[in-house]
Amino acid sequence: MSEAAPVPKRSNGRDRPEAIVVGAGHNGLVAACYLARAGLRVLVLERNAYVGGAAVSRRLFRGFTYSNCSYVCSLLRTEIIRALDLPSYGLQIIPYEGGCTLMRDGGHLALYDNHDALRREIGRHSRRDAEAYDRFMRDMLRHCRFIKPLLLRAPPDPTTLRPRDLRELLYLGRHFSGLGEERMYDTLRFWTMSCADLLDEYFESEIVKAHLAGSSIIGTALGPRSPGTAYVLLHHYMGSIDGTVGAWGFARGGMGAITQALASALRANGGEIRTEASVDRILTRNGRATGVVLSGGEELHAKIVVSNLDVRRTFLESMDAADLPQEFLAQVRRFKIRGSSGKLNIALDGLPRFPAIPPGAPCIRGDMHVTDTIDMLERAYDDWKEGRWSRRPYIDMLIPTQIDPTMAPPGKHYMSVFVQYCPYHLAEGPWTEERRARFGQTVIDSIAQHSPGFRDLILHAEIRTPWEIEKEVGLTEGNIFQGELTFDQLLFNRPIPGYAQYRSPIRGLYMCGSSTHPGGGVMGAPGANSAAAILRDLRR
Amino acid sequence: MLTETEPHYRQPLLRTRFHERMRAYSQVDSFIPWSGYSTVDVFTSVEQEYFAIRNSASLYDLTPMVKYRVAGPQATRYLDRLLTRSVAKLSPGKVAYAIWCDDRGQLIDDGTVFRIAESEYRLCTAERQLDWLLDSSIGFDVEITEVTADIAALALQGPCSCSVLRAMGLQGVEVLAPFEFKHFVFGAGTAALVSRTGFTGDLGYELWVDPSEAERLWDGLMDAGRVRTIRPVGSRALNIARLEAGFLMPNVDFVSSAHTLRNGTARSALEFGLGWLVDFGKGHFTGRRALLEESRRKPLRRLAGLDVAGTKPAHNALLYSDRAGRRQIGSVTSAAWSPTCKRNLALAMLDAPHFDMGRQVWAEIYVNRELVWQRRMVPARVVERPFFAPARRRATPAGDF
Repeated sequence: MSEAAPVPKRSNGRDRPEAIVVGAGHNGLVAACYLARAGLRVLVLERNAYVGGAAVSRRLFRGFTYSNCSYVCSLLRTEIIRALDLPSYGLQIIPYEGGCTLMRDGGHLALYDNHDALRREIGRHSRRDAEAYDRFMRDMLRHCRFIKPLLLRAPPDPTTLRPRDLRELLYLGRHFSGLGEERMYDTLRFWTMSCADLLDEYFESEIVKAHLAGSSIIGTALGPRSPGTAYVLLHHYMGSIDGTVGAWGFARGGMGAITQALASALRANGGEIRTEASVDRILTRNGRATGVVLSGGEELHAKIVVSNLDVRRTFLESMDAADLPQEFLAQVRRFKIRGSSGKLNIALDGLPRFPAIPPGAPCIRGDMHVTDTIDMLERAYDDWKEGRWSRRPYIDMLIPTQIDPTMAPPGKHYMSVFVQYCPYHLAEGPWTEERRARFGQTVIDSIAQHSPGFRDLILHAEIRTPWEIEKEVGLTEGNIFQGELTFDQLLFNRPIPGYAQYRSPIRGLYMCGSSTHPGGGVMGAPGANSAAAILRDLRR
Repeated sequence: MLTETEPHYRQPLLRTRFHERMRAYSQVDSFIPWSGYSTVDVFTSVEQEYFAIRNSASLYDLTPMVKYRVAGPQATRYLDRLLTRSVAKLSPGKVAYAIWCDDRGQLIDDGTVFRIAESEYRLCTAERQLDWLLDSSIGFDVEITEVTADIAALALQGPCSCSVLRAMGLQGVEVLAPFEFKHFVFGAGTAALVSRTGFTGDLGYELWVDPSEAERLWDGLMDAGRVRTIRPVGSRALNIARLEAGFLMPNVDFVSSAHTLRNGTARSALEFGLGWLVDFGKGHFTGRRALLEESRRKPLRRLAGLDVAGTKPAHNALLYSDRAGRRQIGSVTSAAWSPTCKRNLALAMLDAPHFDMGRQVWAEIYVNRELVWQRRMVPARVVERPFFAPARRRATPAGDF
């Protein structure tokens, strides 16, 4: 399983690193691990006092551990988990079952793992949709089967004649034509259509559509009726846990367990991590990367610099415009990376009560929502366009402590609440403490409408707007995917046409964040693909 | 029909109205899911149950079979467009085995269609597919309702099945011809629709009643059949009988094209040798163009019946054209030792031309010798289906045994 990689001689401090990775997010750490395994001296620099980026577990309130940013796991590639042997460094991913949407009229729709329970549950809302659901999932799985092999490959550049690109294009072409005629049509339609249009092809029930549509707008400044959102939906289906495609789960100990395991794997392979080391500038000379300068003025030199930062932060904020080509920079400025989501992490004195959920139904252990029509979701997006947070936001709330015993004292619970939409730029003025508190109140009110006594259970709440997420994690506008997952920004156009293979206009400077193919979610694929590109350039 | 003690998230499987009776009869407590219901796999012993089907009379709970009511002025037109065979030719009181396909001629499902009245049908299917049936109904004046839970059904199969029905008081049931049905009243006024149909290839009937009459039907049959050693049978025994009869089992011998994920795994109706169910002369039906085109080409593969040497059933065996196993030409979908034919039977999907009658192929079979596993290459011959077809299954009037 884990190939024994040669452990390089430990850097004695005078040894210059061969590669500097800027940012200890999951992709930075994955890239660093692969480089260290190949024998490179790797130094990872992290601005915060802790590693993890947006995959962190922090203790902000006594006895509670929060998954402060990302909160559930599915997309992390099994190939990476195995290659880096992350389970031996403590990573454990536990699937959770189903989920539900609580309706304004007191009803609910739940999803269950058991096929017959699920059919009967959907059948309560529409007998027809109960059976259409199988067709929907079949088509989702068909699309997943097409996309999965492309995740751990650098997208080929269709404009060059380099043998590698031709080979990869040929692979892509064969793969595509292997779909069969009808599915080729479907694939193109699917990559460009709206989620609402997609769901209308299968379902008649509003609540079924509303429940499924949630994943199509997460992290994206688009509404369910915007073209391109069908793909975002698929993006959330293409992960798997233990062979179950589309399954989601919890990392035991919170999402930080993933980056902690990666950090341990990195150290075991001889890599080094420096925290509280904020990179001020990436240094270049004659079109080549030479190292970085930290905010304190310290210069660190290496021939290879790998940026885990998003593409805007890398090239607009960490580099001198004079070092970069104009058209490239113009495209970086145009890269869509709009903030659309916030997050609440709540410490609860006990398990909240949701009267709509029948007693004993396991759906309370999954993802819970309160948006019961596509229109309600679209209205929530309308608020974002007007520059305010949704008055009736889409929320994705989970209580992982029902499954994970490590995150709260016994009998107490941690609730993770992802919120959309929440703008980075408020029409009423800049984000302030007062506005942040009002945003938090809107979310808590939405939950309390479905959970009597909810407010009384709250012991502590961390309220995060796009502005906080940017400030703390460094994601531009707090965009969780480091750039939106729309077709104009995917495959060989991600992040910038001509620069989709993890390289940049500066030799020796590479990108490894979610801004690159195949995009966001705690997937690790950008980090792994980036390391593969670097090692190819080094002929290692 | 659904006897529900717990909500679906605690007890996903429904129980049929025969459940209590079956539970009382079950000795090995072996229940399995079928189409959302809990049904019996084995009551006592597969062998004994199998021989009730072939030697005396057997009872099998058919309730979970998915049933749709298709009714309305254009019900016939609708079904003629949906199914590959002619429904207009089916007169009221008759049943037909039927298949249906998608636009590409790939098999979605098989089932039976009952013409209950001039413009009312019952469609019995293996899979739930209300969305497909409703989508297909756009433009037709027809109403489609799932009635699975509204009807309780038992299959009474075996050489003594007719005499059991007569003993129960069904006057004149012996003149019912295969694929005919008729309404009967027995006992203290219990009404049943009785069709001469079944999944065993033997003399047999299926009885359809209102769920409130279910236990009365069960008790009536068990009482009337006692002197004929009637016994309830589970799915495992039935599966041997259906293989002997050469019938296809959904999700075993074929996967509905509505469920296939991989390109090239869906199979056309013609590949199952079901061309006799396709009526190109009746006008348009879904899949017609594709099937017509395919019928003009040489078939690439076809389902075939195999007589396998030895006694070890060739479950899931890969099939080769040569003993050395260099060229794979297909695989087995169903296999069983036939206690009646005393032959080792299999259904297999075979590449052209290996499905031609009389050809020999080689089956790769793994045998377990007290956990010492051995690989055997066993010859098998393509033979006619059905493997077992007694004259009594067609004889009208039906015999006593």
